[in-house]
Amino acid sequence: MSRPRGAMHISKRPKDTKGTLSRLLSYIFGSYRLHLAAVLIFIIISSVTGVRGSMFVRTVLDNYVTPMLKTGSRDFSPLFLAVLQMLGIYVAGVLSTFLYNRIMIIVGQGVLRDIRDDMFAKMQKLPLSYFDTHSHGDTMSRYTNDADTLRQMITQSIPHTFSSVITIISVLVAMISTSIPLTLVVLCIVALILLVSKKITGRSSGFFVAQQKSLGGVNGFIEEHINGQKVVKVFCHEEKAKADFDKLNEELCQNATNANVLANILMPIMGNLGHLQYVLLAMAGGILAILGVPGITVGIIAAFLQLSRSFTMPISHMSQQINSIIMALAGAERIFELVDESPETYGGTVSLVKADEVDGKLSEVSKRTGIWAWKKPLEDGTYSYTRLSGDVLLENVNFGYTPEKTVLHDISIFAKPGQKIALVGATGAGKTTITNLLTHFYDINDGKIFYDGINISDIKKSDLRMSLGMVLQDTHLFTGTVMENIRYGRLDATDEEVYEAARLANADGFIRMLSDGYNTVLKSGGEGLSQGQRQLLAIARAAIADPPVMILDEATSSIDTRTERIVQKGMDSLMQGRTVFVIAHRLSTIQNSDVIMVMDGGKIIERGDHDKLIAERGRYYSLYTGSFDADEE
Amino acid sequence: MLKKLASCIGEYKRPSILAPLFVMLECVLEVLIPWLMSYIIDHGIEKGDIRLVVAIGILLTFLVVLSMFCGAMSGRYAAIASAGFAKNLRKKMFHSVQDFSFSNIDKFSTPGLVTRLTTDVANLQNSYQMVIRIAFRCPAMLIFSLSMAFFVNSRVALIFLAIIPVLGGGLILIATKAHPIFEKVFKTYDRLNRVVRENLRGMRVVKAFVREAFEEEKFKTVSKEIYDKFSSAERLLSFNAPLMQSCMYICMLLIAWFGSKLIVAGDMTQGNLVSLISYTNQILMSLMSFSMIFVTLTISKASAERITEVLSEVSDLSDGKENICEVKDGSIEFKDVSFSYNKSKNSLCLKNISFSINSGETIGIIGATGSAKSSLVQLIPRLYDACSGTVLLGGRDVKEYNLKALRDNVSMVLQKNELFSGTIAENLRWGKEDATEEEMIHACQLAQADDFINSFPDKYNTHIEQGGKNVSGGQKQRLCIARALLKNPKVLILDDSTSAVDTQTDSLIRSSFAKEIPNITKIIIAQRISSIQHADRIIVMENGEISAFAPHEELLETNRIYREIYESQQREVIGNE
Repeated sequence: MSRPRGAMHISKRPKDTKGTLSRLLSYIFGSYRLHLAAVLIFIIISSVTGVRGSMFVRTVLDNYVTPMLKTGSRDFSPLFLAVLQMLGIYVAGVLSTFLYNRIMIIVGQGVLRDIRDDMFAKMQKLPLSYFDTHSHGDTMSRYTNDADTLRQMITQSIPHTFSSVITIISVLVAMISTSIPLTLVVLCIVALILLVSKKITGRSSGFFVAQQKSLGGVNGFIEEHINGQKVVKVFCHEEKAKADFDKLNEELCQNATNANVLANILMPIMGNLGHLQYVLLAMAGGILAILGVPGITVGIIAAFLQLSRSFTMPISHMSQQINSIIMALAGAERIFELVDESPETYGGTVSLVKADEVDGKLSEVSKRTGIWAWKKPLEDGTYSYTRLSGDVLLENVNFGYTPEKTVLHDISIFAKPGQKIALVGATGAGKTTITNLLTHFYDINDGKIFYDGINISDIKKSDLRMSLGMVLQDTHLFTGTVMENIRYGRLDATDEEVYEAARLANADGFIRMLSDGYNTVLKSGGEGLSQGQRQLLAIARAAIADPPVMILDEATSSIDTRTERIVQKGMDSLMQGRTVFVIAHRLSTIQNSDVIMVMDGGKIIERGDHDKLIAERGRYYSLYTGSFDADEE
Repeated sequence: MLKKLASCIGEYKRPSILAPLFVMLECVLEVLIPWLMSYIIDHGIEKGDIRLVVAIGILLTFLVVLSMFCGAMSGRYAAIASAGFAKNLRKKMFHSVQDFSFSNIDKFSTPGLVTRLTTDVANLQNSYQMVIRIAFRCPAMLIFSLSMAFFVNSRVALIFLAIIPVLGGGLILIATKAHPIFEKVFKTYDRLNRVVRENLRGMRVVKAFVREAFEEEKFKTVSKEIYDKFSSAERLLSFNAPLMQSCMYICMLLIAWFGSKLIVAGDMTQGNLVSLISYTNQILMSLMSFSMIFVTLTISKASAERITEVLSEVSDLSDGKENICEVKDGSIEFKDVSFSYNKSKNSLCLKNISFSINSGETIGIIGATGSAKSSLVQLIPRLYDACSGTVLLGGRDVKEYNLKALRDNVSMVLQKNELFSGTIAENLRWGKEDATEEEMIHACQLAQADDFINSFPDKYNTHIEQGGKNVSGGQKQRLCIARALLKNPKVLILDDSTSAVDTQTDSLIRSSFAKEIPNITKIIIAQRISSIQHADRIIVMENGEISAFAPHEELLETNRIYREIYESQQREVIGNE
């Protein structure tokens, strides 16, 4: 049973079938060697039992019934013993079937879980640039579609194929040892079956591609129009939309019919070819028996009729499995692609530790003191400690997300501990890029960034980021309670500390008004909260982390001006006593900054405090007064 | 529910009936084969009559070919019927969504509607195909084979009567027990997807707070839960194959034992024994497929319910009674209007609104988020209907107009606006289907879009990607304004439609409006005072009520809220774009 899925994905073939398969097998064999050995044994027992069962009719007829008919004996005890013996064999067969199914569940689910966990763990280690170039949908589908086809392959296709192969071999052996001419008849029909099925699947795959294509077209049209349904209505475009849709829908129906007709007739044709084989066998066997060919008895014909069934069934099964195996391998390849991505580098060796200062000397402690220090390993095996204070220096930094396009040119910025640095400028001027570099989300191409005098490439990335707090325009709350969301900033924070952070951010008031207060569960990123409330939670989350440096990236730009005032109060208390980088396009937010950098085209074109920049009558001045310009028209 | 769905079979009734007919015919033929086979054995082989063997052999071959034909035809008709059924389902749903009112649309979430139209339809298509073919094949096969078995030897066939309830009951029991566990598995899968999605979206937050390990734990917990639940569901299902096998084997042994006795006693032939074993296969296999259908149908029940929900939704907006197509002018009047999205008196979002606007006036609307600015203007083109009171346009109740005429005359640029995949020109022509190039260029000049369109290499033939991803926010807004202008309406409503446009362009748009389209009533909702302060009059909204309605200067003196907004923006410049 598998989850109902809508659009089947167009079966993409793996690029490197062999490599992917061997890698997948090593995944499976890696931790489940014993399990698989047991499965192999049980499958063999189960298949052989099946074949033995098909031969039982012959044994009964030829060894017991015919002699009894001939001799007129009425002694059924030898037959009874044979039946009992067969019962024993059958019990072993059923048990084996049960056991290998059970073990395959452990293997299949286990491998899937390993792969899933590996994939997610790897995803956490990837640099941000990976997510810039890969769509979320694409990544998501590796967890859903690809993993699901893989699970089906491991739990179903692999054991099926395996048991099919074993059945085919043992049936073939049984048939050859019983009668060679009849075996030839069976083989001829099987060849015919394979030929026909190949012809049909070959033709249908073209139709399936066409079906997938028009299904994609229809689904895209649906998505676009449902998303813009209100626009459709405002423009009274309903009739046009219906007409366009009907055209696409009609085409899909045509292609779906073509594809499904072929797929549907495959089964009855295969099944009836099986019957045909049955008939031909009976005829050939009958004629041979009547002609007195030695070794052909009614029992043998009956046995062959049974055997031929056990022969054709696994063969047509296998031809069906191949397609799903190929699809699963394509999925596995995409999963491995993600697992193989090169991870974000770890950064340097300097780490962040809790520290205490006694007589002007820093020492590492285990308790939270509010003092942090950078711990730098020295060559002689000892460590040096530098107090974390929030002194940031960018020196002649050049950077581009792609090598072709430099977005920051020769940027130099210095921020003293406790200063408020503002970055203003048009979208695309490179403001956010600077914060991406401070957090070391990306590596700079040229120049240096120092943090408390240490080059940030020497600092462990995780520790560097722990010392920086961020509030972004897009708040990204997680599903969970309000409490959990705030605590995201510092996992070991007590409830009391959470309340305090919320109070600091001016969020406590509205949180207490929610239905369950701090235990209110936020769904899909804070549905039901206003933009301003979400922003307050994000501020509280940053506040509880209590970092010495804060980055506020357009934190208030999507809030209306009156709401902003409330948020602003929260922000102001958050900024107290920290080095702060503020990016804003509302100049009111940054007017009181110590330094304002005006950026344009990846360069800093003006710097200074508000009064100085106003006095210079440059870009800042025109930005500041610009809104009133427009009104003079 | 079934009636609603059945009505979608429509013109595909013929294949829907032929498919089960052919499949049942195929069953009859298939069931005859083992019996004729036993005839070959008993009367041909045993008696050494080659001519009989050949004769019956040829007859059998003919029957097999016939059965193959029936099977193929049934497959063909099932494909035609199910693809057609799916087409009709999609069509009917899409059409009824087109006829929905805004409040109908609000009832369903957008992704919810998309799923219904895509995944759910695909599920029903599969189930339908299964129902008209396999759901007929299984019972037919079961009944025919069983009858034949009784015909061949009624005493041995009694074995089947004992085994069928055991196997059938067992299979159904497993399926019904496993189904709820699978439901839980799928729910957990949804959670897993949610964790991944939130993680992907919030990757910057995760990295900024160094929460990779925490996220990994979160994921692993869900991952383990899936492992546990999925395993336990599969463990239940793992009884299926052995159960089937046991029943098959037991039948074989019993038939062999009793059959031998009967043969020796002369009450049955060897050929009969062989055919009985074939019937065993057919009977048990059809039971197996039956339980599979059962599972598939249970799964698609949820899809069927979701689809029926859309099909039974009745649109609550309709053309006006008088069906007037002519709108006299752009004057607007609200008379004691109250409105709520869920039609309840307790949660009114507009309370007793009354005001009037002259034709050709420019009106600004300002107020905090949630003050019902959008709700107010949406009543004019009847995107929603007022709960009480009347909205008048050109001196007549908006409910008296033909809906299309009303919306063509009241052109509204929505806050959440969309462009559709296609060229810029195609998108603009949404406003007016037969617009000439000059008309389009003129509208774009008014909306200050002409310049940037001309900067694209393909100009007006530039292809817009789905959702307008390849133009910036400000460009998109200007295209939407141009599209609305092309309608040449009597009233133009801009609902926060220039928020991503820079101040200078914004003011250019406003001055071109003033110069070029003075006769159109313009209603502008904005966050920025600068966008509306030159309006003839400004409505200040506060909690669903009009706090003031006056020109800028007057408001500055008399209205506290307006003054507050003004002051908070005095020091503000938007450096966007």
